[in-house]
Amino acid sequence: MPRPVEGTTTRPPGRVAAESSPAEKGRRVRRARRPAPALVGWLFVAPALVMYGVFVLRPIAVTLQYSLYDWDGAGPSTWVGLGNYAKIFTDPDLLGPILHAFQLIVFFSAVPVTLGLFVATTIRRIAQSRLAGIARTILFLPQVIPLVAAGIMWSWLLSSTGLVNQLLSAVGLGSLTRGWLGDFTTALPAVGLIGAWVLLGLCTLLLLAGMSKIDQTLYEAARLDGAGAVREFVSITLPSLRQEIAVCVTITVIAALSSFDIVYISTQGGPGNSTLVPGLQVYYLAFSERDIGTACALAMVLMTLVLATVLPIQWFNREDSR
Amino acid sequence: MSVPHVRARSGRRPFTLATLCVAGLALAACSAPGSEAPASSSAAGPSATATADGAPTCGTAPVTMSAYFETGFPLPKALTDEFTKQNPNVTWNIREDQFAVITQNAPRVLADNPPDLMRLPQMSELAKDGLLKNMDGYATAFGWDTWPSSQLEQLRVDDAGRRGTGSLYGMGLNFSLTGVFYNKDLAAKIGMTSPPATLAELDAAMEKAKQAGITPIQQFNGGATGGLLFPLQNLMAVYGPTGPVNDWIFNKPGATIDTPANLQAAQHLEKWVKAGYFAKDVNSVDYATMMSRFIGGKGLFIFDGDWESANLDKQMAGKAGFFLMPPLEAGGKQAAMSAPLTFGVAEKAKNADCAAFFLNWVATDQKAREIAVTVGGSHPLGLPDAFMPPTTPGSVTAATLEAGAKVVQDNGAMDFIANATGAIYAKSWTPQVQKLAAGQQNPEDLLAAVQKDYESQVGS
Repeated sequence: MPRPVEGTTTRPPGRVAAESSPAEKGRRVRRARRPAPALVGWLFVAPALVMYGVFVLRPIAVTLQYSLYDWDGAGPSTWVGLGNYAKIFTDPDLLGPILHAFQLIVFFSAVPVTLGLFVATTIRRIAQSRLAGIARTILFLPQVIPLVAAGIMWSWLLSSTGLVNQLLSAVGLGSLTRGWLGDFTTALPAVGLIGAWVLLGLCTLLLLAGMSKIDQTLYEAARLDGAGAVREFVSITLPSLRQEIAVCVTITVIAALSSFDIVYISTQGGPGNSTLVPGLQVYYLAFSERDIGTACALAMVLMTLVLATVLPIQWFNREDSR
Repeated sequence: MSVPHVRARSGRRPFTLATLCVAGLALAACSAPGSEAPASSSAAGPSATATADGAPTCGTAPVTMSAYFETGFPLPKALTDEFTKQNPNVTWNIREDQFAVITQNAPRVLADNPPDLMRLPQMSELAKDGLLKNMDGYATAFGWDTWPSSQLEQLRVDDAGRRGTGSLYGMGLNFSLTGVFYNKDLAAKIGMTSPPATLAELDAAMEKAKQAGITPIQQFNGGATGGLLFPLQNLMAVYGPTGPVNDWIFNKPGATIDTPANLQAAQHLEKWVKAGYFAKDVNSVDYATMMSRFIGGKGLFIFDGDWESANLDKQMAGKAGFFLMPPLEAGGKQAAMSAPLTFGVAEKAKNADCAAFFLNWVATDQKAREIAVTVGGSHPLGLPDAFMPPTTPGSVTAATLEAGAKVVQDNGAMDFIANATGAIYAKSWTPQVQKLAAGQQNPEDLLAAVQKDYESQVGS
């Protein structure tokens, strides 16, 4: 798609030279008139900018500031410079939560995006039937449910006497039953499952929207050339959806790295810190250990970590589409 | 034509972003967070509304008390209702939250929205930060200083933030006690007709239950709740004296939890874990699940506190029993975790005098003491010879009150090891006992790890 745009911007040098003088004149005129429209523009942007400043930039700045102090949230504070950051990078207890967050990416990103592609393709194939609409609604429903409600629901389903274990017992797999969220080996995957369930609908919907943009004639042409469903998917659907996939991956990776609600509701980081994630750690540091400085420092590190993971995805996507 | 224009715009973008960032920083308060110096908290004494003998009262003008209580515990509300009946000029504006929420909000609530009466979490840091009213003046005025000193010991905080000595910063509505509850029907099935007299007998009863297909212990230990601490601390008191444990909780210099006696206790707990005495899914059992399983007859023992006495007397009438953790040898001294149900007054509270009057009323009024027992299930504070309401013989409440007397006699009261520092429970004990329950931690390393965290927290 981007190719035609490139074509129009490359102009013969001769024409540019010939046009340069009138263009400069035009620019001068525009510059003289600029203040008024610019001011109006800023006025339009102002409300959003104020909100952004007060609710996004200011908290980040305050967090950065607090991260340089030793403070319990109520009493006097002491300047410690980068001491809190030093503490974070030398504390072995902190490595675990970060590793857990990266493990969650598998469940929060890989599973929903892969499964979403499969589901969206299937739904598109049956687009005419009423089933497609129903399937879309059912799959998107988890996105409408508050994460806290989803967490509570799943902790019931996964409890020792919950539906999952009842089903396992019913089919003779009673030996597998356990408190899924209270078992060291299964707690993190179980939490990941909840996240995958929530995010699958979002990914499916985004991918479906992307698919509706794909020119149907491409499929027709492919079919005339004798391509099967798999070939169609690999050669047409997948490349056309690059943008949407990048959006899905970005959103879900952020959800995995900064996860809090689902973990807090279902396991609170237990058992034995096996599901502790950085978001929860920030919360515990601030509100249970009352160590606001370290909590803020970890929050800044987490923000950097998210950016460092997500920006390459964005960059890769942009490079790719050029 | 559009190309240079776009380029000019994009060239300005970094500048705009930088401006936004600077603006954001400028919006942030540039001074250091928090108050500069801790508010000096002088002993509050009788003030404007004092009676002839000097003790404060609630006066006669209408007063609305702001209160912050814990959800799920009916005692404070029952007491305030009765108090209003006796003092119609006093009404209550009550906010309730889960204990975890109170713990997290405590400093901010006390500073920004000071309640007259508040359920307190671990309080040493709150007192150190000058957020709590120093109650020494009230103690003298009301004569609380004549009560047995052990009752209020845990509510004293010294200048360095250590508990156990120093000024009084809170009061109890009653003092609770922990031990072992058992299901009498299941006990009869395995031939346990009376509470075990020694630890060995308790072990034997668990083994018999296990053989009979009954879960010996139902205990909560899931999520962020390390419930195995209850049996662990009870075992600590079986294997060693309570003094060193209290010293550790009160942050006495040089105190350690990593002692030979405590190691024996942790090893004994590990023995129970390995023998399969706990429910298989103990690490996913929360407090409510434990209670519903025990009440539903799905376990022989639970390690819990007498705040459940009234509840069990209602839901398992005649079928539940209580005993203190048995000693190593029959007739030996017994100990229990025992702590006042702590309430405090904000340093900046508007009606501190009335709150103090209420707290004194709770410990001295006959009707209030009756409520403390029948609704709260625990022993009221106050002088040893103060009024005690009659209890039904054979009830859990009767058993816990009797156990309380035995603990006082043996001088065996301990605070809860989870209260040693603000973070020790969530950060250290809970994950450690969950690992122990899953067989992923051994007793030696458990105690060493907790001690290490403790030192870094107390030191900072």
